[in-house]
Amino acid sequence: MAEAAPQETPEVRARGIPAGWTLAALTFLLGSLLLGLGIGPVRIGPGPIAEAVVAHLPLVHVRSHLSPVEDAIVWQLRAPRVVLAMLVGSMLAVAGSAYQGVFRNPLADPYLLGVAAGAGLGATVAISYTSARPGELLPLSAFAGATVGVGAAYVLGRSVGGARTTGTLILAGVTVAAFMTAAQTFVQQQRTQNLREVYSWLLGGFGTASWHEVWLAAPYVAASSAVIVAHRRVLDVLSVGDDEAASLGLNVARVRLFLVVAATVGTAAAVAVSGLIGFVGIIVPHTIRLVVSTSYRAVVPLSLLAGGGFLVLTDVLARTLLSPSELPIGVVTAFLGAPFFAVVLRTTRTVGL
Amino acid sequence: MTVAVQLREVSVILGKQRVLCETSLQVEHAEWLGLIGPNGAGKTTLLRAVNGLVPFSGSILVEGREVASSKRRELAQRVALLPQATRTPPELTVAEYVLLGRTPHIGYLATEGRTDRSAAEQALEQLALRPFAARPLWSLSGGELQRAVLARALAQEARILLLDEPTSALDLGRQQQVLELVDDLRRDSGLTVISAMHDLSLAGQYVDRLLLLDRGRVVAEGSANDVLSEASIAAFYGAKVRVIRENGGVLVLPQRVEYRCAR
Repeated sequence: MAEAAPQETPEVRARGIPAGWTLAALTFLLGSLLLGLGIGPVRIGPGPIAEAVVAHLPLVHVRSHLSPVEDAIVWQLRAPRVVLAMLVGSMLAVAGSAYQGVFRNPLADPYLLGVAAGAGLGATVAISYTSARPGELLPLSAFAGATVGVGAAYVLGRSVGGARTTGTLILAGVTVAAFMTAAQTFVQQQRTQNLREVYSWLLGGFGTASWHEVWLAAPYVAASSAVIVAHRRVLDVLSVGDDEAASLGLNVARVRLFLVVAATVGTAAAVAVSGLIGFVGIIVPHTIRLVVSTSYRAVVPLSLLAGGGFLVLTDVLARTLLSPSELPIGVVTAFLGAPFFAVVLRTTRTVGL
Repeated sequence: MTVAVQLREVSVILGKQRVLCETSLQVEHAEWLGLIGPNGAGKTTLLRAVNGLVPFSGSILVEGREVASSKRRELAQRVALLPQATRTPPELTVAEYVLLGRTPHIGYLATEGRTDRSAAEQALEQLALRPFAARPLWSLSGGELQRAVLARALAQEARILLLDEPTSALDLGRQQQVLELVDDLRRDSGLTVISAMHDLSLAGQYVDRLLLLDRGRVVAEGSANDVLSEASIAAFYGAKVRVIRENGGVLVLPQRVEYRCAR
């Protein structure tokens, strides 16, 4: 090492989030929200949109200059869509960072333990066997399927290898996911008339977003993100390994359970209202690791901000690239994510299970 | 002298294997006990048991309190363990890594306060790492990294230090440096040290007392002079050595065995 020791003695403290980056992430989020509100088949300028948004905030009295139709477009069509994309993006990004920390695996994502397969099964069952309108039963059924999937993976992993070994837990997740995917395919084949609906749900999207979905997902996303953000230092402690984290006084199995439950509940809620949108949980945390810092004190809170902005922007792409038709957003994230995954794989020295 | 660590008939069973068999021992406050023995003798398991990382039967008292019924956090305030292969996240800075040692003193979801930062700073000073505080771990040499790991254990402010092969990855000079450091720290801060060691000559030079383990049992205990003999090393390590005793020290020199075909 040729590097000389610096002259002044550096401060002994953890880096946390560099102030500039918080501002940058906030700007990114707000910018994408405004862009998402402004872009669509009906042209409405950014000024009137900002006015309309302010007018809808409680306790503020500003008169919107939009016509009732324009106001409905902004407030009933675009706003819920943009806000829902933000919630889902933030949740998936934060849950991804939590899974990567808990399993010390840079390629772990929120779907690692079977959330996706479980939600897929739940949604398929709801679409195939109930005549309820899709907005009502489907999210609940997908949510239930997702939590049952991860719960089964956790119980299986524990019974085989104890929660001490993360490898067993991941393999248990693979097993449960395979089983639930098989069940989902079976149901799907039984009811081929619903194939189209199932398929479009699986690919994910915000085309049918309304405030109803926003209020459905928001409490779970808020609670789950709060728990994970509060654990940001604990995630750094876990990075030294299970045994050492334990010898530093952490109850590793319990911490892992906390974080997996929080990330799962949040992810399940996100998936329930948006379908299966992959790669967000990998792209966002890793970009932050590359450009800001690998400490979870930075990765977790910045993922929350940047994840929301990222998915709002991706949704803008999904609805404008082939306008007037819409691309499924899951396809767009996969197009962006797969090459990114390859880069992470190449730059990561060792990937243990 | 007060007792720092006491084991009474401690057994550990991992899988179906009995790794430690009814081991009893006592370590005085500020004593340095060296654990020696062939691979698989149970040295690491003994250290892990004292730190409550493996289930055991019998009783282990750390400063008079039962390990089995202690809370992880309270135990961590009294005992620090440096495992053989430590995971050092390459992108963390030395300061961040050493601050992790403060975990047992920080509320579960809290962040470091001023006392934590000054404890970490003091640990860095003691190991001459103060100028390295802002450097990422990947940029350190092997010896510097080992010092950072020790600094983390010091920042933990535990009075009992468990070291599993603290020098196995280091060259001869670094081995001596690290062991001298441990010895200084022990004298300055009154630490009790239990270390598993492979190099018998080095072990003999630093520790107060040696404990020879074989297949989970204590087979010899005492000063280096008592424990290290050609016969015992041949019996338990299956190694041919010459043991040279001079100036009160004991040197163990491996000898080449000539194999002949028996015909």
